[in-house]
Amino acid sequence: MKKNETFLAYLFILPAALVIIVFHIFPTVYSWYVSLFNWDLISPAGEFVGLGNYKKLFADADFWKALLNTLYFALGTIPLSIACSFAVAYGLSRRIRGLSFFRTVYFLPVVTSVNAVAMIWLWIYHPDAGILNWFLGFFGVAPHKWLLDPDWAMPAVILMSVWKSLGYNIIIFLVAILSIPREYYEAAGIDGASGFSLFRHITLPLVMPAIFFVSLVSLIGSFQTFTQIYMLTPDGGPLKSTMVIVYYLYQNAFVFFKAGYASAISFVIFVIIFTLTLLQNKYWGEKIDYEN
Amino acid sequence: MLTLLRLRLSAGIFFNSFLVTIASTLLQVVTSALAAYAFARFKFKGKKFLFLLFLGTMMIPVEVTLVPNYLILSKLGWIDTYTALVIPWAVSVFGIFLMRQFFVSLPAELFDQAQIDGCTHWQILWKIVLPISKPVFITVGLFSMLGSWNSFLWPLIMTNSESMRTVPVGLSYFTLEYATRYHLMMAAALFATLPVLVVYFFAQKYFIEGISTSGMK
Repeated sequence: MKKNETFLAYLFILPAALVIIVFHIFPTVYSWYVSLFNWDLISPAGEFVGLGNYKKLFADADFWKALLNTLYFALGTIPLSIACSFAVAYGLSRRIRGLSFFRTVYFLPVVTSVNAVAMIWLWIYHPDAGILNWFLGFFGVAPHKWLLDPDWAMPAVILMSVWKSLGYNIIIFLVAILSIPREYYEAAGIDGASGFSLFRHITLPLVMPAIFFVSLVSLIGSFQTFTQIYMLTPDGGPLKSTMVIVYYLYQNAFVFFKAGYASAISFVIFVIIFTLTLLQNKYWGEKIDYEN
Repeated sequence: MLTLLRLRLSAGIFFNSFLVTIASTLLQVVTSALAAYAFARFKFKGKKFLFLLFLGTMMIPVEVTLVPNYLILSKLGWIDTYTALVIPWAVSVFGIFLMRQFFVSLPAELFDQAQIDGCTHWQILWKIVLPISKPVFITVGLFSMLGSWNSFLWPLIMTNSESMRTVPVGLSYFTLEYATRYHLMMAAALFATLPVLVVYFFAQKYFIEGISTSGMK
């Protein structure tokens, strides 16, 4: 019976395990191996260069630019997205009527593909036909070239990304705000606290873990951002101004066919995301312990 | 205008996306349910290790495995085939995690009684567990569907012929070609989003609950 159960368990896990091992775990190790070679993806074998690709990488100005651009993207998106979505979630939590309607509306961009969303924003940002310049014109603002301007391309990508991510963050914050027990507010009310002071001393501290969670998830997401860059600025932006790290990886691997070099970039991304995820899990673990 | 749309966002592209989405969603739900059942109900050697190993792979972003996976799929001769778009995505670790959580919470007597009545584990999973775990199956299925339908970088790289393009890849080429004709782009974007919108309006409760309880994206 016992032996039979073990066999059956392995049988049940086998399909999942096969896929996970062949297409997720093995490639991660293989990626490190490939990064030790100079290889064009086409010829049968590459030339072994040891850590050469990493040495080249750390001396590569474009690599540092891509990392900095990624950080710019993260710092531009995360605080803005958190501030906006928190404000909306707080507003929604006050006025429950119509909650599901607003939730539906805000969540729509989340389920829509980045590609479709980016097509709409390409139109919004168009220098001549776009509504952004048209709208700003009413306030006497001179038209900008947005995605074609090295200074404005990244902020434009950031704004679209914030808009797309709002719904997801609103839901997380809404859950956090609504899970605060009413009694806390009532007790504080009796003690004479009101309005802003309730928000400052009860809502904000109790929602802090959710803010931390959203920040980390978004930071991890920033290091995986590719589609909106590719859609809005297909060549990595004017003067490489929107060339984020995954875009640089894509370019090296599948445009320049430098498999080894691209794998070295992959490994750096992996280390960064792995570290961030460990941090997130640590927080998650703590939260679970706390609740039980 | 419609002729142009038909030309570029041809039915073939939608067919590809539907096929890949349905196939990977079904596979994900089945493989996840099986693995989740094993992790929830069986005692076996290496259970904890395997479970942690599975969860650990959530820390591996797709982007990192693109180059090696391209090489693996080339070796297998899968580049530019449906297999390349479906099989590597036939598992959802988050699905396993979510389903296991749910299965563990089911009363043990349910399983004992079913076994006494002569049910095999296979039957228990599909005839007893599935009907009472519908919400979790639907949630996992919906997120698989969404992920698969909207997936871009993977099909962009793993396919190269026009006839193999999926909807998001089709949109990106469409954008490159018609970058200045905004009415066409808006129409294409809307067409591409319609299936998701329909599913979303009928099942938004599951999407929102899925995110609320697990932070799943």
